[in-house]
Amino acid sequence: MVQIFRFMPNTRTNVFCACATSDAMTLAPADAGQQQDGVRATVGVSGDGASLLRGILILWIIRLLFSKTYKLQDSSDLTEKEIEEIIEEWQPEPLVPRMSKEKPAPSYNIVSGPPCHKITVNGKQCINFASFNFLGLLDNDRVKNQALQSLRKYGVGTCGPRGFYGTFDVHLELEDRLAKFMRTEEAIIYSYGFATIASAIPAYSKRGDIVFVDEAACFSIQKGLQASRSHIKYFRHNDMEDLERILKQQELEDQKNPRKARVTRRFIVVEGLYMNTGAICPLPELVKLKYKYKVRIFLEESLSFGVLGQHGRGVTEHFGVNIDDIDLISANMENSLASVGGFCCGRSFVIDHQVFALLAQKAISDYVLIVILSQGYCFSASLPPMLASAAIEALNIMEEDQGLKVVGESISPAFHLQLEQSSGSRESDVRILNRIVEYCMDRKIALTQAHYLEKEEKFLPPPSIRVVVTVEQTEEELEMAANLIKEAAQNILQ
Amino acid sequence: MVLNMTEGPVKKPVNGNGCCRTSNGVKPGMNGCVKNHLYQQHSYCSSDEKSSHICHNGGIYKRPFKESFEETPMLVAVLTYMGYGILTLFGYLRDFLRQWKIEKCHNATEREEQKEFVPLYQDFENFYTRNLYMRIRDSWNRPICSVPGAKFDILERVSYDYNWTFKYTGRIVNDVINMGSYNYLGFAENSGVCADAAAEITLKYGVGVCSTRREIGNLDKHEELEKLAAKFLGVDAAMAFGMGFATNSMNIPALVGKGCLILSDELNHASLVLGARLSGATIRVFKHNNMQSLEKLLKDAIVHGQPRTHRPWKKILILVEGIYSMEGSIVHLPDIVSLKKKYKAYLYLDEAHSIGALGPTGRGVVEYFGLDPRDVDIMMGTFTKSFGAAGGYIGGTKELVDYLRTHSHSAVYATSMSPPVVEQIIASMKCIMGEDGTTLGQERVQQLAENTRYFRRKLQEMGFIIYGNDDSPVVPMMLYMPAKIGAFGREMLKRNIGVVVVGFPATPIIESRARFCVSAAHTKEMLDTALNVINEVGDLLQLKYSRHRLVPLLDRPFDETTYEENED
Repeated sequence: MVQIFRFMPNTRTNVFCACATSDAMTLAPADAGQQQDGVRATVGVSGDGASLLRGILILWIIRLLFSKTYKLQDSSDLTEKEIEEIIEEWQPEPLVPRMSKEKPAPSYNIVSGPPCHKITVNGKQCINFASFNFLGLLDNDRVKNQALQSLRKYGVGTCGPRGFYGTFDVHLELEDRLAKFMRTEEAIIYSYGFATIASAIPAYSKRGDIVFVDEAACFSIQKGLQASRSHIKYFRHNDMEDLERILKQQELEDQKNPRKARVTRRFIVVEGLYMNTGAICPLPELVKLKYKYKVRIFLEESLSFGVLGQHGRGVTEHFGVNIDDIDLISANMENSLASVGGFCCGRSFVIDHQVFALLAQKAISDYVLIVILSQGYCFSASLPPMLASAAIEALNIMEEDQGLKVVGESISPAFHLQLEQSSGSRESDVRILNRIVEYCMDRKIALTQAHYLEKEEKFLPPPSIRVVVTVEQTEEELEMAANLIKEAAQNILQ
Repeated sequence: MVLNMTEGPVKKPVNGNGCCRTSNGVKPGMNGCVKNHLYQQHSYCSSDEKSSHICHNGGIYKRPFKESFEETPMLVAVLTYMGYGILTLFGYLRDFLRQWKIEKCHNATEREEQKEFVPLYQDFENFYTRNLYMRIRDSWNRPICSVPGAKFDILERVSYDYNWTFKYTGRIVNDVINMGSYNYLGFAENSGVCADAAAEITLKYGVGVCSTRREIGNLDKHEELEKLAAKFLGVDAAMAFGMGFATNSMNIPALVGKGCLILSDELNHASLVLGARLSGATIRVFKHNNMQSLEKLLKDAIVHGQPRTHRPWKKILILVEGIYSMEGSIVHLPDIVSLKKKYKAYLYLDEAHSIGALGPTGRGVVEYFGLDPRDVDIMMGTFTKSFGAAGGYIGGTKELVDYLRTHSHSAVYATSMSPPVVEQIIASMKCIMGEDGTTLGQERVQQLAENTRYFRRKLQEMGFIIYGNDDSPVVPMMLYMPAKIGAFGREMLKRNIGVVVVGFPATPIIESRARFCVSAAHTKEMLDTALNVINEVGDLLQLKYSRHRLVPLLDRPFDETTYEENED
């Protein structure tokens, strides 16, 4: 029987119905037989009649089993020739849209030499107000020497993912140091900053779970959310009332369906300092909401790590929030630490899961396309050891030298300059800002616009110039830059 | 029946020696002419081929293409399932004991304050981790403390609580032969030209960049690398990215989207799968390296259009890999190229494992088959493996690369590549191309091809079941049973050989395997030592499953029927 089913999947349901009915029928007369004859008469099936019916049913089943199955997608009405014609006629879109002649692809700025405080952009020597080298560690000799020593010991590449001989002792050391620095139980490192939060989110948040996200969340958070396939609810940028409103709404919905609510995980995903706005997140309020509504908090600290707080531990230290109240902190090592890669830290309970995510996940479902793991960790080559060593040395410097603090009035070392009044369209705004950037670039201040993929961003931030202040810039340089930007704006906006 | 040779639809041996495939049904010479890459018969083909076997123009397969996936013996399959059954039963038993606190539970637990939260993971999610993986966890993540070259040093670690935690003894196991790293051409080095160049750049540039390509992190070094990579690949332009995994997962979404169709090989790497999923395109999966399956999907897709609306698809993109890292198989590229041309689909070729490792001059699978790189629309690969660095690239037409420069997620949002890493790639690539004025790179490519053939043949002669193509430096050896995964890893390490073992999540449940990666840095002595040890452990653990006994004959004519003649 089973074998027949396998070959004729489409008749399966019919046969099941038939079996069910025949069982019911064979039972019914037997039951009836124990009762009165009259009942049998009202049913209208005599003993002979029942066996006749049984016979008919069996014949019917046989007919169903051997009848031709019908396909849902029947292509038989197309002849070979027609199929060929369709294939001949089909023209795909070009792989990439043709670039129009009037709008050629914008070329990148070319930086020759090291991208540190004094930077040469397109042949012009400038002071760097554009890259996220907040602590000036990119050009630090101690960091370079440490990296060099590591290079001489381990070579450059790791030639494998962490699981397959891609774990080096320096990786373990860096993880240990980061955990100690952040005062969390555990930390793990990723080989690519962008991939850190983007692969950490889907390791926890799955289909059916709910994630509350700030509208200004950066692109890698958006990608992580997309990969998680969870239910995503946006709240207005840094608006705690709006968040609470959504949380309340969710609470009401949960009361309607408490069974579902018991297995629906909830997360709030926020950034310490927002890449897209330069604003700081109101962490103490978030923690209050966390316990009130039982939602976990994931915090992305790529900009705030190494910048906020007395020791550079980020936004938790800045507000004096207990770091254990945050479920997961992720940050990249590409800004303050001036290396490459990223890390996640938190309690062992949370972190261990990422390392095992691969195995834990696949155990439930081996369907090839369902890949909801912390893939950035499991499947990618590990961080080159020399970059890990550089990050360790950078951490050393941060721990020793408390004087390394970002100067400037604003709390955020990266802030955005937007046009007060839009000129009408995004394109012309971008052009105006671009002229300001070029004006400054000609006068020895390197700036950059914040670039976005306009079609991909969920909530596209307005065009802006992102200015970055670092410890290396002197008072005079800051003054000069401020005046120059003012001057440029006056000249160009007039 | 016994032997399951994977063969494409159009390549049965036609002439007597059974080696050269001429095309039936494919126009001769349409892409196959050996124009620019002349096959160096003497250098590339190993000793057991005769020169008469080599390429006839017009054939879509110019060299013997031999891949084998021997069927799992029935008894082994049954025993393997039983093994998992017993493990699962014991797992439930121990979970029961843990629940009643009879056995100590090592799992980390939730904070007291958050006990009332919805649990972060369902209990059953961790069943596999807790009860199966934990038993053999010591076979993975072994920390090393030297260059991952032909030999490496491993930090010794012990566990007193059945692998829940590890303690480092402080001792170092020296000179373990490395059969696990993807160091195909042996460029994982801490001295020599490449390392010197990288050292110089470290001092000049530092290690970080602190900005994105699109903003102010586009260094002259990056431009240099991209020009060189384009030249190396034989394409118009190329672009480099900081992480191989992200090259796939962040660029596929830039190329296809809603209304497009992705046809993906069932064994594609997770990064390709993730990229396909993030793109929002419809994904259909074809059987591994099965051209009939692919053609059927292509045909159906064009004839029926999109589901429900029946609108024609905007684009169809085929995703394949050069060498499949778990199977050791090589993509049937000539077939795919002709299918792609016939059905006007686009082809995305991931050469993570094949670039540098295949082809007479290391240009990857395209050169291996003597095809024109321009027939592949998107040439993707990584720098992690053969080049001993990190990152990935995409090569193709200038239009494609210009488009990616403005639309790739990676270029706009991710920090650029570290300068010393870039320099390592430039130096090693120049070495392979011979631009450094030596033939060292070329020698490495040849050495790898020889090592691969030697190593694979020896293992087959010993009676192990080896998967994949004879030319693939990725050599999976079947272990099947769950208990043998851990046992093999440990026994090998005990004898100073570092190997990679792979189990259920990464492979089908009964096909656990060990994977060796052959490197050009391996000397013949090292390979022989490794082979002897594998032989010894193979006898110990009874791993010689193969029912085809190969006659160890060096001048055996190259003929796939050699296998088929064998009886059980």
